Amino acid sequence: MRPGRLPIAPFLAAAGLFVGAAAGLQAMRDRAFGTDTPAEQVLYVQSPEVARRLALSYDAIAADVYWIRALQHFGGQRKATTQSKNYELLFPLLDMSTGLDPYFNIAYRFGAIFLSEPKPGGPGRPDLAIKLLEKGIAASPNKWQYYQDAGFVHFWGMHDYPGAAAWFERGSKLPGSAWFLKSLAAVTMAQGGQRESSRLLFKAILESSDNDWMRKDARHRLEQLDAMDAIDSLRKVVATYRERGGPTPVTWQALVRAGYLRAIPTDSAGVVFSLGPWSGDVSLGEGSSLAPLPDTPVAPPPVPTR
Amino acid sequence: MSAMVSVPTVARIAANVFKESVRDKVLYSIVLFAVIVIAASLLLGQLTAGQEVKIIKDLGLAAISLFGHFIAIFIGIGLVSKEVERRSIYALLAKPMSRAELVLGKYCGLVSTLTVNVVVMTAALVVVLAIYGATVEPQIRNTWEAPAVDPALATAAFLTLVELSVVTAIAICFSTFTSPVLAAAFTVGLVIAGQFSADLKNFEHIVDNHAATWLLNALYYVLPNLAPFDVKAQVVHAQPVTPTYVLLTTGYGALYVSALLALATLFFSRRDFK
Repeated sequence: MRPGRLPIAPFLAAAGLFVGAAAGLQAMRDRAFGTDTPAEQVLYVQSPEVARRLALSYDAIAADVYWIRALQHFGGQRKATTQSKNYELLFPLLDMSTGLDPYFNIAYRFGAIFLSEPKPGGPGRPDLAIKLLEKGIAASPNKWQYYQDAGFVHFWGMHDYPGAAAWFERGSKLPGSAWFLKSLAAVTMAQGGQRESSRLLFKAILESSDNDWMRKDARHRLEQLDAMDAIDSLRKVVATYRERGGPTPVTWQALVRAGYLRAIPTDSAGVVFSLGPWSGDVSLGEGSSLAPLPDTPVAPPPVPTR
Repeated sequence: MSAMVSVPTVARIAANVFKESVRDKVLYSIVLFAVIVIAASLLLGQLTAGQEVKIIKDLGLAAISLFGHFIAIFIGIGLVSKEVERRSIYALLAKPMSRAELVLGKYCGLVSTLTVNVVVMTAALVVVLAIYGATVEPQIRNTWEAPAVDPALATAAFLTLVELSVVTAIAICFSTFTSPVLAAAFTVGLVIAGQFSADLKNFEHIVDNHAATWLLNALYYVLPNLAPFDVKAQVVHAQPVTPTYVLLTTGYGALYVSALLALATLFFSRRDFK
């Protein structure tokens, strides 16, 4: 070793020791005084235009940061207890993200789905979802997917079927748009609100989406529709069983023994449907990942007359 | 002082600056850190619900630009001022070379270093994208706006390099007549102003005063306009960046650099080192 040069090992060992001791002290302090709770989420910059200027030429990466914050905010609030759910930062975060990067396709599309998600799973703000998509359309007027999503929001979030049909129709007229938009427009106009039209919509999203998350979401919603169909059929079976003098309390086992069912019914998630032994009502089993089921689609609107 | 510039002399000085930079540990640290940031984007991408490629490209191109700016500004301002501080400028000026050759040589040397750095960082980005692209199923790859390893990335990296060449020229120009701290402050200020110079042009729609409009217009043309060099978002979203645009922007950069180097040479030639 050259004179004046210090040996590495003792210094590394000493540094390790000090860090270990500091971590121990921190753990002691946390036990005594508790850990710092994260501050309430704050959006310091509210204007996308100001943010774009502050970001200089790094606006795209700043958009990514706001997008990640939006995802975390939405995910965090979904997991929060029902009382403390607060999605008020979701739209501003998405607005910032898309303001910084006007071509941020997925921020518009996911953002619209997140915003239109009814409470308590989401903020239940289809109006803001449409506002976001309109912003996307202003940036990319030929993006037919935004029209499809706007139709979806009208259909699913607002139960406004003529509005949904109008968006699908507008989207179908764009160059390169998917073939099914025209059918969606027609079916929504004719049978909006019926479960079959919902199924057609989600099948279209499942087949056409360029994003894995959207496909998973569409698959999940199709499974929910299947579960709703299954619940309707099971209710009919239980009603028939009782009409024919089946004893109360009614159980799945009794229905299987009596030959009304081949096996105890489960949903696509493998959870046994719940059966009210006295009421005979059928619903999703406790802990099913398909819960909560969406509102039962309403009756089809009257066909508008001219 | 002779106004003539000998290309071999400039090349010799540039080679020396390049060798010196290559030996500089700070430079290695910056490039290594940038490469780590680019590689880390693979992890960050996991948080973004299917936007991995966009995030990797955004972060990679931003890292190339940001760390390139660090190198251009902080090494750029030191090129002349260090020689003055170390008093090695006397020995340099005693050699058979003009001050213009010294300024040009220093500039070319740093631009060569920046070119190598940008190439290394872009290569790191391409490797990360290629690794990520190889792990993704073809049907998902087909839905991307642009392929993971997209030749357009080279356009974004090239225009970033041209921007860094302008920033280096600004840094050298300031360092020829003021202290390193002030040169750094002025350069950073001008780089930030350069992102907003298009706003000066828009003032004519707001301001009624003719003189003020004329002045703002003049400032628009005199101050560097750095915003057009930024095509990162267009490249990531597969928006077209035409060869004509690249050519015009590069031409603007080259002319602006020439103007700055002419000024730098002028300031340096009049500087008294007694």
